[in-house]
Amino acid sequence: MNTDLIFGIVANLAKIIILTHTVLILAMYMPWVERKVSAWIQDRVGPNRVGYAGLLQPIADTFKFIFKEDVVPGHVDKVLYVLSPCLAVIPSLFILAVIPFGPSVEVMGRTVDLVIADLGVGILFVFAFSSLAVYGITFAGWASNSKYPLLGGVRSSAQMISYEICLGLSVVGIFMGAESLRLLDVVNQQIDGTWNIFTQPIGFLVFVIAAFAETNRLPFDLPEAETELVAGYHTEYSSIKFTMFFAGEYAAMFVFAALVTVLFLGGWDLPFMDSGTFAAMGNWGALLGFGVFLFKSFLFLLFYVWVRFTLPRFRFDQLMHLGWKVLLPLGLANILITGLFNLP
Amino acid sequence: MAKVVERRKLNFWEELYLPAIAEGLGRTFKQMFKPEITLQYPEQRPVIEDDYRGAPGLVKDEEGREKCVSCQLCEYICPPKAIVIVPGEAPEDTAYDYSNIEKAPKEFYIDMLRCIYCGYCEEICPEQAIFMTREYELNAATRQELVHDKPRLYEIGGTRPGLIKKWKHKDDGRGAEDH
Repeated sequence: MNTDLIFGIVANLAKIIILTHTVLILAMYMPWVERKVSAWIQDRVGPNRVGYAGLLQPIADTFKFIFKEDVVPGHVDKVLYVLSPCLAVIPSLFILAVIPFGPSVEVMGRTVDLVIADLGVGILFVFAFSSLAVYGITFAGWASNSKYPLLGGVRSSAQMISYEICLGLSVVGIFMGAESLRLLDVVNQQIDGTWNIFTQPIGFLVFVIAAFAETNRLPFDLPEAETELVAGYHTEYSSIKFTMFFAGEYAAMFVFAALVTVLFLGGWDLPFMDSGTFAAMGNWGALLGFGVFLFKSFLFLLFYVWVRFTLPRFRFDQLMHLGWKVLLPLGLANILITGLFNLP
Repeated sequence: MAKVVERRKLNFWEELYLPAIAEGLGRTFKQMFKPEITLQYPEQRPVIEDDYRGAPGLVKDEEGREKCVSCQLCEYICPPKAIVIVPGEAPEDTAYDYSNIEKAPKEFYIDMLRCIYCGYCEEICPEQAIFMTREYELNAATRQELVHDKPRLYEIGGTRPGLIKKWKHKDDGRGAEDH
């Protein structure tokens, strides 16, 4: 058999295992981080009983969820009810495939790019799958066959469809600059040039706001608004199915944090390094790059949490107003301005 | 006439909301570094003041003598009727001199599920026999356990030195009628 093929399969499997496990472990520990940060903001201590500083809390929680009774209410649409938790997790994990997470490594004389699938349509793939995430929530709302989940599902579909447009428009400027949809090209352009957050501040702002709405995080957590809708779309879910929604939310958060890192914060770039320095350091450079990438993503995850405990929830009409009347024109204006600046 | 509330027109920066959001973020960020005020309860304890009204308990004086003479005033005053006393004869065959009193409680129950911690029992007690203690951790697996009986009440109350001792006066030769 062709050795290149075998090498390619093994390398890809290794990348998949490393990246998905990093993300899932992060998704598992994000609730802990969230509880800790919220506690600090509110002058509390946060989880500190299970293990050192409560570090074993996520594991205890996971076991608790697994061993809880998995209630399937009698009034639900069984097929969609079981399907939607999976649909909530899978799209986020798919998006990971196109996110480059480090400079290339040399293994057995071959160069391996640290991206699972280096697609030419990179960002389109991201938007295609982030749109699918809405199905998990909408189906959950519909299949639960009761009022609060349905309201959550409806809100979520309206919200995600509105903000996806802004999300798409906000990054057009970047690809006009990079002249490519490949995320690897976008990162390389930033490593040798300036980070896109400086060249595209309006795009960054629109993207971040839309990303908050896409991941249903406060101040845009209307689909699960506890104070209004009990728990929104996952009201009727319990046990591991509920955990899947949870994991899906945190995986989506990580994915968008990674996207912000790749699109606006220069990927694995450090201010005093360029692609040459990474290449000179060889595989250690790749490891450093991966670390920097994770660090930046983690900082953005912290920003998510920080914002959650600062801003109150939007009203639904305010949400729609912001999406359609503010962010959409801003995104369009951003494209126009970028186009004018990039005139040959 | 309806009162008209004048709304100030927001200027451009206020209209953007971003400076306000940044200020809010700064505020929560500063908050992160403030010391937490949480009391780690089972390990750390709150400061209980001396005049705290916790679970009522019966006390003995420093000679180990029961102060209660089962006059039942506390049972009478108790607003939620939490106290039940079964009066009995004062014990005779003890090392202490009980000759001055006739009664002692045979049974003494305080239903802590009824008690409202008003402290009337302590106030009305002519013998300084019942006190509101600083005991605040009352928990039990059954309701019966929260109906404190005599041994439990003495356990809560313990001994309290420095109380008036009516019985002593007889030994002074002043006679019981003097006070």
